[in-house]
Amino acid sequence: MMDYSKAINHTVAEIKPSGIRKFFDIAATMDGVISLGVGEPDFRTPWQIRKAGINSLEKGKTKYTSNWGIAQLRSAVSDYVKRKYSINYQPDEEILITVGGSEAIDACIRAVVAPGDEVIIPQPSYVCYEPITRLAGGVPVIIETKAEDDFKVTKKQLENALSPRTKLLILPYPCNPTGAIMEKEDLEELADVLKGTNVIVLSDEIYAELTFGGKRHVSPASIDGMWERTVTVNGFSKAFSMTGWRLGFACGPREIMDQITKIHQFAIMCAPTTSQYAAIEALKNCDGEVERMVHEYDMRRRMMVAGFNEIGLVCREPKGAFYTFPSIKSTGLSSDEFCERLLYSKKVAVVPGTAFGESGEGFIRASYCYSVEHIKEAISRIGEFLKEL
Amino acid sequence: MKYEILKLLARNAKYSAKDIAVMLGSDEDTVAKEIAQLEKDGFIKGYKAIVDWQMVEDSYVSAIIELNVVPKAELGFEEVAESIMKYEEVESVYLMSGSYDLNVVVKGKTLQDVARFVARELATIDSVTQTTTHFVMRRYKEMDVVLAGDEKDDRGQLFI
Repeated sequence: MMDYSKAINHTVAEIKPSGIRKFFDIAATMDGVISLGVGEPDFRTPWQIRKAGINSLEKGKTKYTSNWGIAQLRSAVSDYVKRKYSINYQPDEEILITVGGSEAIDACIRAVVAPGDEVIIPQPSYVCYEPITRLAGGVPVIIETKAEDDFKVTKKQLENALSPRTKLLILPYPCNPTGAIMEKEDLEELADVLKGTNVIVLSDEIYAELTFGGKRHVSPASIDGMWERTVTVNGFSKAFSMTGWRLGFACGPREIMDQITKIHQFAIMCAPTTSQYAAIEALKNCDGEVERMVHEYDMRRRMMVAGFNEIGLVCREPKGAFYTFPSIKSTGLSSDEFCERLLYSKKVAVVPGTAFGESGEGFIRASYCYSVEHIKEAISRIGEFLKEL
Repeated sequence: MKYEILKLLARNAKYSAKDIAVMLGSDEDTVAKEIAQLEKDGFIKGYKAIVDWQMVEDSYVSAIIELNVVPKAELGFEEVAESIMKYEEVESVYLMSGSYDLNVVVKGKTLQDVARFVARELATIDSVTQTTTHFVMRRYKEMDVVLAGDEKDDRGQLFI
């Protein structure tokens, strides 16, 4: 008789699976549920990108690529991040093509963190940083960002979180789920604190193209003194609607990238070849397509923010990503209760803020990767729900 | 702003001035005034529902008729186009590039209705030298709206 509790790595066994999984499995079995839950674009990948992938298949480009990714794509990434975010990386040895931004995050954390090392993670944020840190034997140190600070990491918070054991700071901006961004001055303050330390920054910039209201994304690596300590992670999923292609990249100083690439080499070999060929087209010729999608998100964003505020849920204006993060504190319900009761009584699925860390209590995440009509219907149902409370 | 308003109304004519104002970051009054002006200036010709007539009526037939026309001196194709568009049966009339001149969409209750209309009314016009009738067999999409089958949200249940 196998005793699996002895067979399985206890660190893995102790990691909780995403708590809302069960909740949304229920939602999936119910009829007539409308969701504001998903975290991926509703747009299809622009046709010219799909075509580039198809062309590569027709030409028989079906082999492994270099571990680092095909040279042409790395060079396109180098041009792209310079053009968009004013950061300079050499195509050789400073840029690695990965399986989504996710793999880049995993490999970067593993390359930097040894057992007992501390990783500073701002929350509410995307769910992967904490479990990956634990898998590496690291110790997560959580910064609870505040609504009144627009969910930014403040200088003071960073100072308090730093210790001699700090190895890595995660900067997940533009932020899922809060929609927060970090502006130049905000980053300069953090750079000041980090100066003179050996702390590395993992900047997850997967939503970098999705910023609104005239605010352009600022890459931490573009701030004085930050390039040398920053690994910039980005990818194709959100900006180019390419979630299923699983393609991203990491850029950083050679000394770090060499180590990250070793992990990538042994764990993954190389990112999907077809996706890499498609991605060249995305970076080179799709600014117009991205602009069109961003414009569309912006209209939905305004619609959703206005809608929530109108029905009585205080909703700050998100400056990036494609989520709103309204407060539900006025209802007196916990985030979990709110979401569960809303699902059962009005058949609307939203994600409790607590899915993104304890500090998400009192908030819900609603995605605007949906048509305006869909958003209006969902908000109107949530409005009815509030009236009946 | 005008162009953005037109794009939104062309997508969904039921958007209110308030909806549009929110989406464009403007105010309701300004948008309402713009829309009134667009209507007055004739940029907006009207608003109507997109009906799936195949669902509503037992018999609904439409056809695309290609017409070859000898243009009149000075008037060109205008005269014949104007006389064709006056018929109630005619849904649309376009002047085309390529191998024929006028594209006329005709609707009726039966195949015979449409055939009769073409034979009696269109083919008999003096300047019309040839007609070719294509009956519509199935409507999949009309005015950007999918009629046959739903476009499903096939996104995985990855919520976070």
